Amino acid sequence: MNAATDSLPVMAVRRVGAVSLFFVQILARIGPALTRPGLIVRQIYNAGARSLVIIMLSGMFVGMVLGLLGFDVFQRFGSEDYVGVLAALGNLKVLGPVLTALLFAGRAGTSLTSEIGLMKSTEQLTAMQMMAVDPVRYVVVPRFLGGFIAMPLLAATFTVIALYGAQLIGVQQMGVDAGAYWSQTQNAVDLHDVWEGVVKSLVFGVAVNLVAVYEGYHAEPTPEGVGLATTRTVVISSVLVLLLNYLLTAAFLTTK
Amino acid sequence: MGPSGTGKTTLLRLITGQVYAERGSVQVFGREVATLSSKELFAMRRRMGMLFQNGALLTDLDVYENVAFPLRAHTDLPESLVRQLVLTKLHAVGLRGAARLMPSELSGGMARRVALARAIVMDPDILIYDEPFVGLDPISMGVICRLIKQMNEALGITSIVVSHDVQELATIAHDSFLLSQGRVVASGTPEELHHSEIPEVRQFMEGLADGPVPFHFPASDYRAELLGDAEVSR
Repeated sequence: MNAATDSLPVMAVRRVGAVSLFFVQILARIGPALTRPGLIVRQIYNAGARSLVIIMLSGMFVGMVLGLLGFDVFQRFGSEDYVGVLAALGNLKVLGPVLTALLFAGRAGTSLTSEIGLMKSTEQLTAMQMMAVDPVRYVVVPRFLGGFIAMPLLAATFTVIALYGAQLIGVQQMGVDAGAYWSQTQNAVDLHDVWEGVVKSLVFGVAVNLVAVYEGYHAEPTPEGVGLATTRTVVISSVLVLLLNYLLTAAFLTTK
Repeated sequence: MGPSGTGKTTLLRLITGQVYAERGSVQVFGREVATLSSKELFAMRRRMGMLFQNGALLTDLDVYENVAFPLRAHTDLPESLVRQLVLTKLHAVGLRGAARLMPSELSGGMARRVALARAIVMDPDILIYDEPFVGLDPISMGVICRLIKQMNEALGITSIVVSHDVQELATIAHDSFLLSQGRVVASGTPEELHHSEIPEVRQFMEGLADGPVPFHFPASDYRAELLGDAEVSR
């Protein structure tokens, strides 16, 4: 079959199939890769620690906007105490995991893709194969695992900072009573909401990192090819995160 | 040897099992490469060393770790022995002092020497060089050339060198094969090739622009195209 003449749906199915097979390859090598934890720790640092500043800054601003918006809306009904509820639920369930995943795709996902793509275009992956070393095990799996572990940690950081940002505006600036703010929040949030955020960030972690390593590993080994692959990582993983977010939100609402 | 695009690198890829031939047979160590399982293929590659055109050093590891990489991946040698092996190989290529430099800090010639140290660290039976002289200044080229010769003699290994550098190859090769358009057109010692009367060989050895390998890429009639009677070739 000629890939150039395939229709869009056929190409989409083909791609989903290829990514799934690659995922199976990764899963099969997680065991052996765990014998070298040093490689994974380095990738957690690369993907996680190096994304901390952008995640914390964004979390702060998102929280502050929620504080402003919440106050503006709720004061119309005389229920400013609910600002905390909006901020907590919005962040825990949706904004924390989704925005972290989108920022992560732009910061760490692109660097994963371009790094692996450049390794491919400079024949480093072929050199590994020639040294009888499996590049999926040594290059792809540690990067995938590092990103996967970093994602929920970053999402949690984002959420905590955003909650602080929201109370900074709601309580400190707009003068909502601190006791009422926190007790309303405590009443509204239950463990199910926390789980929703955790599950989402785990699923997004798989999606974004899988897309990033797949695109890098299968990039055309030329400067244009690596550039295109990096762009595809951002586009595909962002759309995927938003789509998965809708599906997971719906699923969690029905199980509540 | 052979001009660009004749299939020299493809031949190396066939020998190392990176691609498989649709027809014909490629045997290494007496085994048909295409029939090997991936485990057997990796076992075969462990007995081979390969030097890539640009060195292909792992950019996130320093020189020392690059050379140690195959040892760490395939053996459980104690660190003291790894250290000894790595430093001896680096000393052999004259770069023991560069052990802690990163690949980005090396010149092209140095990177290729480090890659050579890495290629021999597992004591291979066959060493494969893909265009080892491309883009090197005359000094580095001489150094690499001498190293290839020394490795060959000192370690008693078989070397396969792909190149289009007629002069350099003549000083190190026992046998040479000239490829043209995917076929072997001549073989023998470099001396024999120099005196060959085959047109392809003469064109290559003497660096003539036109001959069996045409200078002009196929195009429509020059006059017609200039006068606008024919479309510009695409």
